[in-house]
Amino acid sequence: MAFIEQLGVLSVTLGMVAMWAIALTLLYLAIAKQHEPLLLLPIGFGILLANLPLTGLMTPEEGLLWRFYRYGVEWEVIPPLVFLGLGAHTDFGPLLSQPRLIFLGAAAQGGVYLTFFAAQAFGFSLEEAATIGIIGGADGPTTIFLAAQLAPHLLGACAVAAYSYMALVPIIQPPIMRLLTTEQERAIRMKKARKVTAREKLLFPIAATLVIILLVPASAPLIGMFMLGNLFRESKVVERLAETAQDALMNIVTIFLGVSVGATMSAENFLRTDVILIFVLGLVAFTVSTASGLILAKLMNLVSSDKINPLVGAAGVSAVPMAARVVHKMGAEADKKNYLLMFAMGPNLAGVIGTVIAAGIFLSMLG
Amino acid sequence: MAEEVLAPLAGKVLSIAVSVGDTVEEDDEVLVLEAMKMETVVYAPSDGEVTAVAVKVGDQVEEDDALATIDG
Repeated sequence: MAFIEQLGVLSVTLGMVAMWAIALTLLYLAIAKQHEPLLLLPIGFGILLANLPLTGLMTPEEGLLWRFYRYGVEWEVIPPLVFLGLGAHTDFGPLLSQPRLIFLGAAAQGGVYLTFFAAQAFGFSLEEAATIGIIGGADGPTTIFLAAQLAPHLLGACAVAAYSYMALVPIIQPPIMRLLTTEQERAIRMKKARKVTAREKLLFPIAATLVIILLVPASAPLIGMFMLGNLFRESKVVERLAETAQDALMNIVTIFLGVSVGATMSAENFLRTDVILIFVLGLVAFTVSTASGLILAKLMNLVSSDKINPLVGAAGVSAVPMAARVVHKMGAEADKKNYLLMFAMGPNLAGVIGTVIAAGIFLSMLG
Repeated sequence: MAEEVLAPLAGKVLSIAVSVGDTVEEDDEVLVLEAMKMETVVYAPSDGEVTAVAVKVGDQVEEDDALATIDG
């Protein structure tokens, strides 16, 4: 009798079956369509595991996945380690060669703040609204970092929304870009950027750490690790550490991050009407962020003789480097000899920093 | 007059569409670079004969490196 009671199959609920469908959809997108496979695959499998009955995987203090989540995500360990790897991977040259494009990365946070207010109007609490707004930055680890602090019950939905919109950048952004720019604007060729010296690249992570953390101390875990990873890279004296941070360590933390995020998506956490609202608001945030980067670039052109191709403003959302690639492709469509990739990387990288600062501001206000 | 085809951005040479002695027209494909996992086609800046190809497939090039020379 006890054996029969222990049979998982008798405890399956409809909600679980619905979550299996979601898990399988994510696995399909990851494997067959190769949309963000490094994250959607472990997230999808995590969802599947978390929605099998009687496993105890998410039982507090006992379950394996609960431990991954508790000590990895809730303790703020994994997202900063992802940023360490990103820092070791990032060449800030494109940002340093065109400092004025940093403003575009800042403008593209417009969607984050607008959605913060919009979500409140839909009845979400301040903490929930901030977490939903940050989806507009299209930055997975930052979204997870903020959600774990402010609204852990929304973590799974917000993370999946952020990663989905990152994967969908090539589909979501082009129509907005076409709507807000003319063919001539898209064909604007930008003036060659100046060369950035090795010394500038070396000093940047140190200076950025000082300035950003002194202004927004709550951004320290992410910015601190981001810039440490970058210093590994630019110092040229710890190549072993730089390599480990960007490859081996990044792969390890990605496994734990993906599975942990998936594990938070139990049927009772995810199958709620407000999750649909989160996806809609997240999309609004992302759309507004894309548009505000574009619009600021056009405004800057009104006062500057050195024209900016407004498309690069759309790269202010921090989906690196997908948003920059989309800009490059759109520019080449208008003029096949227009090479915008490196110009777009500037606002793209500024967007990552901008989203982390936005998260830091939310944490200082609400955390 | 000889004109150099310069790399518009840093990347890896993925394929080369011309060889020495070929005649090209302005905007013909010269080669394909790969940067950030994306293919970028480099086009001929003018009409003429290809007198030199300075890179081979697999080479890593920096921005403004000379890739080929076209004599018009």
